[in-house]
Amino acid sequence: MEIKILKDILGANEQIAERNRRLLDSQGVFAVNVMSSPGAGKTSLILETIKSLKGKTKIGVIEGDISSSMDAEAIGKAGVPVIQINTGGACHLDANMVNNALDSFPLQDIELLFIENVGNLVCPAEFVLGEHRKVLISSVPEGDDKPFKYPLMFDIVDAVLINKIDLLPYLEFDVQAFSQAIKGINKKAEICQVSCVTGEGIQQWVSWLLTEMGRK
Amino acid sequence: MHELAITQNMLDVVLEQAKEAGAKEVGKINLVIGEMTGVVKECVQFYFGFLSQGTLAEGAALAFTVVATKARCRVCDKLFELEEFDWACPYCGGKEMEIVAGKELFVESIEVE
Repeated sequence: MEIKILKDILGANEQIAERNRRLLDSQGVFAVNVMSSPGAGKTSLILETIKSLKGKTKIGVIEGDISSSMDAEAIGKAGVPVIQINTGGACHLDANMVNNALDSFPLQDIELLFIENVGNLVCPAEFVLGEHRKVLISSVPEGDDKPFKYPLMFDIVDAVLINKIDLLPYLEFDVQAFSQAIKGINKKAEICQVSCVTGEGIQQWVSWLLTEMGRK
Repeated sequence: MHELAITQNMLDVVLEQAKEAGAKEVGKINLVIGEMTGVVKECVQFYFGFLSQGTLAEGAALAFTVVATKARCRVCDKLFELEEFDWACPYCGGKEMEIVAGKELFVESIEVE
């Protein structure tokens, strides 16, 4: 006997993500899922954002890594609440891991939550966490062909930050072609050029972020 | 890389439905997978062998329908398959498009005894 199912394989994850979203909403917290390949600058960008919004917006961070707590320690030094999730081998965060982390997170003390995903351009694209916005960091040394290689990731995000633009004079990276490819499939994506070393572009990113928080 | 989690989730969906139907055994699972998801069939097959042991779905055959990545041109509204390194409409050369297929990831049906 054949039984028609037509059910999303990741439907259970989506249900938990919806629960996370409701919890965040009830606490007035705006959550951003930060994704990139390893070493593109997720932690650096979060640290720059914390610096830029100091005294203005109360921030918290969930750090996702396969192992280690180095990133969480770096964030902790910046004086914001942080919790580390070690996925123990899994290449992405899922809604359930975030749900467990939210249970012990001081949500009442924050307005903006960064969820730093595991460095990977494939798997995190499939797993919603309950975030309000998805942000992708793509850095200059990775090359300008990434939208073609990881179309799903570029298609689902709300913003793409081109990081390490201080290296543009030394590397071949066509910002215009890169941006055009993203805009081609993802019309609404905000594209910001930033450098976490020189601070260039951080203001543009932060102002986009604050606008989105207001729009939630 | 995410096939382990995907296979586990797929098995959960299958077992829940099989149980609901009062099935004794799942013979076949029909899956639909979009090209863009990057899910590797061989990996799903491999993990399924392990994860399904001792369940109603142990030994079930997996059938995959792979859906190509398709886009609709925002200029001329025509549908086309997205090429790997040239994202332009083959009809009008338009560079703006909406991806309309290729993100599928679902269990279409199961065959049970």
